[in-house]
Amino acid sequence: MSMGFGGYVSPEQLMKDRADFARKGISRGRSVVGLQYADGLLFVSENPSAALHKVSEIYDRIAFAAVGRYNEFENLRIAGVRLADMRGYSYDRRDVTGRGLANAYAQTLGAIFSSGGEKPYEVELFVGEIGDTAAEDQLYRLTYDGQVADEHGYAVMGGAAEAVAGYLKDRYAEGAPLDEALRLAVAALGHSPGGNGTPGADRIIPVEDLEVAILDRTRTQPRKFSRFSPARLAEILGDRLAETAPAEGTDPAIAPGEVSGPDAGHDVGGEPPIAPPL
Amino acid sequence: MSDSRIPTSYMTPGNSSFADFLAASAPDLLPSRRALAPGSAAELAPHGTTIVAVTFPGGVVMAGDRRATMGNVIAQRDIQKVFPADEYSCVGIAGTAGLAVEMVRLFQTELEHYEKIEGTTLSMDGKANRLAALIRQNLGMAMQGLAVVPLFAGFDLESGIGRIFSYDVTGGRYEETSFHSVGSGSMFARGALKKLYRPELDQEGAVTAVIQALYDAADDDSATGGPDLTRRIFPVVHIITADGGQRLPDDEVAAIADRVVGGRMQRPDGPYAELEGGTR
Repeated sequence: MSMGFGGYVSPEQLMKDRADFARKGISRGRSVVGLQYADGLLFVSENPSAALHKVSEIYDRIAFAAVGRYNEFENLRIAGVRLADMRGYSYDRRDVTGRGLANAYAQTLGAIFSSGGEKPYEVELFVGEIGDTAAEDQLYRLTYDGQVADEHGYAVMGGAAEAVAGYLKDRYAEGAPLDEALRLAVAALGHSPGGNGTPGADRIIPVEDLEVAILDRTRTQPRKFSRFSPARLAEILGDRLAETAPAEGTDPAIAPGEVSGPDAGHDVGGEPPIAPPL
Repeated sequence: MSDSRIPTSYMTPGNSSFADFLAASAPDLLPSRRALAPGSAAELAPHGTTIVAVTFPGGVVMAGDRRATMGNVIAQRDIQKVFPADEYSCVGIAGTAGLAVEMVRLFQTELEHYEKIEGTTLSMDGKANRLAALIRQNLGMAMQGLAVVPLFAGFDLESGIGRIFSYDVTGGRYEETSFHSVGSGSMFARGALKKLYRPELDQEGAVTAVIQALYDAADDDSATGGPDLTRRIFPVVHIITADGGQRLPDDEVAAIADRVVGGRMQRPDGPYAELEGGTR
């Protein structure tokens, strides 16, 4: 397009082209949800491969999730593990922080995005870190151009990010127990809003196609990351699948009463439970 | 972490070994890359002493006394010499304490790094071989008196049994059956275990056996510390079963150690072993 001007490309146009290129690559993939629950952070993605992970452990309290080109985010994941292990080995385990890692990723992605010599990475990342209380949990979202967003509650990236985030926006409640948060995230990933006159048809994602991992504060080992086996997922999701399938279209009914019930029992830091926006 | 772009060496494809990564990008952090002045350095640093390990049906127990010595001086009374290597294995160290602890940290990072990069744990033999490789790199220092001799034990998830590996300073790796001991008091501890060990010991029986063995080691070896009843310092005991590894809580070790010491009040040489065909 801009080649018409004798080979000159304005910096604005160059950046826009690179951003469009990266965004297009990312939007082809399935979404990943990162979500805070009562005891930590939950990551859920639709991933039919049991071997090529989108969610992984970086360090004791730090996890990594990604969408986009596998070879690129795998490269970033390994660099992150090396960075964390190197720092933990040469200083102390407590000196490895999610903020530091998110910063290193941001610098790297930003430098690659704006350098003329390299193709921009077609990836988006989550770096999640849990603290001793829910208030100290961190969820960073990094985009292909190196921007960092400090997310609260939940975040979504990947192909259908808007639809999934829209579904979560109406239903997410702080301090939900793990089972509830997991059911919500899985339902959100399977949600399709429809449009252009066609009604949305929510899918039920089979357990084998889900990749689920958590950073769990209550785990006694120093390494808080744990991955869910399909058997454990089936145990938690099994009955839900039967329930929600017919209840389709009436799903806003899950909202306030049920969600705030266990939340009230949890009493996060003495604050009154926050009702989900309607 | 650094405020700038991740260094290229971190982004370069490599293998899954943390030690190899260190050798390429920060070799000064590897214990084996340090140059030493000629001559013996043996008297420069504290030495750790006796480690014992015993298998039982369903797992393995490892224990170490708490003493570190420098010549005739007790350098530390409550040193920890048994460490978890990962969830299903542990390593006990005898020899130069500082180097040994550093090697344990490197080994722990090595196992965890592999697990995170590959998404799966090393096999029990794979772990034992990695430790052998780390010790082999230390041969130069060992020849100057800074030897590190670990004992490695863990639960093998494939075969479902507890296994024990011993090493020499050249990195030789030897699998032991039933029980083993390393360090200055090891010959006394091994002698005790020969008489106390039964293949059918349960977990508590195995813990009692290692504490008895450490008592015998401390009885005859001045560099091994016995149970310190006045300061309430007892051996570090690590138990590994199919459910993973854990350090036995101090109060549980104390209860067993108190029983052992109580028995020794009656009979200082420890329990009688059955003498087949004899009267006792």
